[in-house]
Amino acid sequence: MATPAAPASGVRHGAGPEWGGFEENIQGGGSAVIDMENMDDTSGSSFEDMGELHQRLREEEVDADAAAAEEEDGEFLGMKGFKGQLSRQVADQMWQAGKRQASRAFSLYANIDILRPYFDVEPAQVRSRLLESMIPIKMVSFPQKVAGELYGPLMLVFTLVAILLHGMKTSDTIIREGTLMGTAIGTCFGYWLGVSSFIYFLAYLCNAQITMLQMLALLGYGLFGHCIVLFITYNIHLHALFYLFWLLVGGLSTLRMVAVLVSRTVGPTQRLLLCGTLAALHMLFLLYLHFAYHKVVEGILDTLEGPNLPPMQRVPRDIPAVPPAAGLPVSVVNATAKAIAVTLQSH
Amino acid sequence: MRDLKAVGKKFMHVLYPRKSNALLRDWDLWGPLILCVTLALMLQKSSVDGEKDGGPQFAEVFVVVWFGAVTITLNSKLLGGNISFFQSLCVLGYCILPLTVAMLICRLVLLAGQGPINFMIRLFVVAVMFAWSVIASTAFLADSQPPNRKALAVYPVFLFYFVISWMILTFTP
Repeated sequence: MATPAAPASGVRHGAGPEWGGFEENIQGGGSAVIDMENMDDTSGSSFEDMGELHQRLREEEVDADAAAAEEEDGEFLGMKGFKGQLSRQVADQMWQAGKRQASRAFSLYANIDILRPYFDVEPAQVRSRLLESMIPIKMVSFPQKVAGELYGPLMLVFTLVAILLHGMKTSDTIIREGTLMGTAIGTCFGYWLGVSSFIYFLAYLCNAQITMLQMLALLGYGLFGHCIVLFITYNIHLHALFYLFWLLVGGLSTLRMVAVLVSRTVGPTQRLLLCGTLAALHMLFLLYLHFAYHKVVEGILDTLEGPNLPPMQRVPRDIPAVPPAAGLPVSVVNATAKAIAVTLQSH
Repeated sequence: MRDLKAVGKKFMHVLYPRKSNALLRDWDLWGPLILCVTLALMLQKSSVDGEKDGGPQFAEVFVVVWFGAVTITLNSKLLGGNISFFQSLCVLGYCILPLTVAMLICRLVLLAGQGPINFMIRLFVVAVMFAWSVIASTAFLADSQPPNRKALAVYPVFLFYFVISWMILTFTP
């Protein structure tokens, strides 16, 4: 008799503390409904509950037995507790899923191993591709192979930056807004990435069979000709030599790129549009690189040779102080006016 | 004091490059920072005359050195090298030491006035130090690459030190 009674009383005692508050409220008066709602403490954000729960679980790791005992006690929670537990479980699952997704996305994008296959080259391969970029292939009946690697093009762009820097320093280029290094890097990378994207877009319009990676590689290797021409002509300042190299070397590398694109495009109009644009941009870029960063050398050579004052002076020279014309304050007279005044005075 | 000694030891390793792992094992970035700041300070033009804009020299050198080192590190990792990011930064930074010494010598030589002989001396000094830098960094970095790709990893290092040497050589106060 005693044994069955003990568990029964034990259950009642076990339920006692849980329902103790409820019984007190019932005894308290007519505001039982409101108090029941207040007892529901899972009405807040489930995520906050999750965070709270995890925090509590971490703290309770020390006395794991007490936690186990409490969980056993909490099973008998009734209707309200069951709903709270369900929403807690859902929130837990969502949190785990979100965490897994975030860590997967991070490991995917922050991983430079995505680029690893594009750098899988041997020195012999790079050398042969460099030489091939100057040899146009006449076979345009079926698509020519384009190596999709990024090491060669990237190194060529950096080499072009170094050569440009050398040319700018030699010709004493003065850049007002910005730095020499910034200009060189911006020009070269801007050309490589920008023109590649533009030609890729045109290729998409003209239905050409070429991917973005192949276009980047093709244009990158096409810069090899530019590097050679600029390296030679930044050191030997002869205009005729530059024009010869521009046509010869620039022309060869352009022809190679054009041949590859023609072999991958169908239709005469499309071929003309695509290849004409690429040829124009490529040749004009070489022209621009030579003249934009090299003009000042001309100015120095001219002023050293002739006694006549050139109309545009890039090299600052000492202009003797001249008394200004009557009525003009000194500060208004600029260098050109002073120079003209000197010439007039000397006659 | 312990850090200073470690930095000093690494400087010695750079000046007499032997195949030792000390630079790689316990890397630190103090040395590269000191060298980079020294180099950038010495490459400042005196911005007294308003015609030549000498302002951005410090930032330019700083950015060139650090972004160049990061690019070379990424390149050598992508080529299949088993060297960690900061180890590579450490080696590249420490190997700027010969070029900083070249900058000091160039500054001293420029005190004697400018001229073609002056230029030849500076060219010779910078060329020797450039070769030293490249050899020193190659001695440390080449081991971490697969044997047939050493040239691919060394070429950007060559370009990097070439750009810095060029900045040193064409410097006129």
